[in-house]
Amino acid sequence: MTSVFNHTTKRWLGLFLLFNLLFILFISSIKFGEYSTQWKDILYAFTHFDYSNEHVIIRDVRFPRALIAICIGANLGIAGALLQSLTRNPLADTGILGINGGASLLVVLAVTLFSISSLNQFTWIAFLGAAIFGTIVYALGQTTKGDHSPIRLTLAGAAVAAFTTSLSHAFLIINASALDEVLFWISGSIAGRNMAMLIEIFPYMLIGWIGSILIAKKIDALQLGEDVAKSLGQNTVWVKLTMGLLIIILAGSSVAIAGPISFVGLIIPHMARFFVGLNSRWVIIYSGLLGASLLLLADMISRLIAMPQEVPVGVTTAIIGVPFFIYIVRKGRMQS
Amino acid sequence: MKKMITIQTSNFSFLLSSKTMIVLINLLIIQIILFWLSLSLGKTFDPLTSLKVLLGQGSMKDNLSIIHLRMPRVIIACLIGSALAVSGAILQGMIKNSLASPNVIGISGGASVAAISYITLFPAASIQFLPIVAFVGALINGMIIYFLAWKGGISPIRLVLIGIGMSAVSTAMTTMMIVMGPPHIASKSMTWLTGSIYGASWTQVYIYLPWIIVFLPAAFLLLRSLNVTQLGDDIAIGVGSPLQKQRIIFFIIAVALAGSAVAIGGTIAFVGLMAPHIARKLVGPGFGGVLPTSALIGSIIVMLSDLIGRTAFQPISIPVGVFTSAIGAPFFIYLLLKKTR
Repeated sequence: MTSVFNHTTKRWLGLFLLFNLLFILFISSIKFGEYSTQWKDILYAFTHFDYSNEHVIIRDVRFPRALIAICIGANLGIAGALLQSLTRNPLADTGILGINGGASLLVVLAVTLFSISSLNQFTWIAFLGAAIFGTIVYALGQTTKGDHSPIRLTLAGAAVAAFTTSLSHAFLIINASALDEVLFWISGSIAGRNMAMLIEIFPYMLIGWIGSILIAKKIDALQLGEDVAKSLGQNTVWVKLTMGLLIIILAGSSVAIAGPISFVGLIIPHMARFFVGLNSRWVIIYSGLLGASLLLLADMISRLIAMPQEVPVGVTTAIIGVPFFIYIVRKGRMQS
Repeated sequence: MKKMITIQTSNFSFLLSSKTMIVLINLLIIQIILFWLSLSLGKTFDPLTSLKVLLGQGSMKDNLSIIHLRMPRVIIACLIGSALAVSGAILQGMIKNSLASPNVIGISGGASVAAISYITLFPAASIQFLPIVAFVGALINGMIIYFLAWKGGISPIRLVLIGIGMSAVSTAMTTMMIVMGPPHIASKSMTWLTGSIYGASWTQVYIYLPWIIVFLPAAFLLLRSLNVTQLGDDIAIGVGSPLQKQRIIFFIIAVALAGSAVAIGGTIAFVGLMAPHIARKLVGPGFGGVLPTSALIGSIIVMLSDLIGRTAFQPISIPVGVFTSAIGAPFFIYLLLKKTR
């Protein structure tokens, strides 16, 4: 596979460009919205805060929101990259494989049955859900020989996702008052989240990111095939388990804040591989940055497209992502 | 050699073993008993009254509650169940994958988008047109899936995967409609999405019946080609099956059955998946047995789920789709696990 940046220098350059892109999107995301602001307000809101509407909106609403979009986007991108390596499935995504759905089902259960509302509890419940349903899908996708058939895994994921969705709906029908509370959340949204939420979850995210970069070298060996990795002295079971754990942390912490957002994890690793080839460390780093950029962009679209109303960002990513999904299917790299 | 009953006309033939006949008769008896039970069970349990009503001897009050309220609902449950089941059986046969069902491959999704848009955008419009709208949605989505999966022919696997993708789009669109629409409609839409036959009336029965009358027998006319398809693409073409043409016909019938069922009852999940499996367990893989058996099993599942949902947690009535998923999901996981072994 040929990639655009096939040289380390070029990759560093690409990284630099990506940071610039991310920064531009970040600033634009703060600037544009229903309430119009000036470019200079963005700076003044932090240096010369004057309690004007513009400044309050920038500091308390848009700035945290943009940061959350970056973190969640990075999470989803990296989780997607790990998941596609782990399952050897180009269609793998935490949404399609039912991991997001599992996490949100348990959160919906927690809200409707136990009236839990603290974010920290949400996070752990989301981890639990992601772990349970992730394991189920992974086990179901396995064939007798122990390797993964992509079709089987995708179908298992789709069915588990259908199951979690209908069950979540069921609980929301029975408990109608919880419906308003979680409706926007279950469709995937980063609206109305504040800085405190991000700070509470951030440590988990950081563990996920650093862990993924650290494990990248091991993933490279695993890509060559399980036998090769074993003969290189790798304990493949541990590596796979660690990857699974990282995916659960990344996906679970995203769901806890933003609800299930699909397709970012599907598209981004493909883009990253297009730029940097198969080197896992670079793929993971690029996936993080590209994921952050994509979610920032998707969030801006969601806010601006139907002003003054807002489309949940999960809907936007699905509408962007599905054509891509269909493209991969039609390209026919999926063999049964 | 088992005893076989041959049913044959010029372009229609199938074999039924005597074992299959026994299974069918038993299922039919169960279905009739369930029908009677569903009519009798409400706030009170009164099998004799419902029998009297059925024989035309009931009082005005009993006539009202049984004939006008319960009966359409039970009939709808029965019809929807069999339509979904047969649709699932055709899809599984056509795709040759036992995990396919109208829900998973996105036919129901198209119907949901259309129906929810209709509920949200035209809240004042008559609910009478909802089935047609939903059916058109299913058909359009079905056509898109088919078109996108076409690449010099239809590969079943591509069809499934594209279906999964399209069902993700429809989920996104329905969510958007619900979130952005007026809040009081959200709960109504949610109930529809889970599948409920709460307000079934005779009008609905009359709207729905033609679909069943046309497309269920149509499915049975395809038995022979469905059986041939199971032998693999090469053999099917070898014995002279126009494979791609047949696939389109299978698909249209599956969409018509599932789409109209979803239109009336919402997305009742997992019936289309479960019923054909149970049927194959009971009567073996030949479609001559599988189709009628699935139809009966599907209707039994939906009738039973509705009966439980309506009576077990009174005064709350739980949508039928909740029960079918509650039974269907563990069943599905069992299926996959069993296959792994």
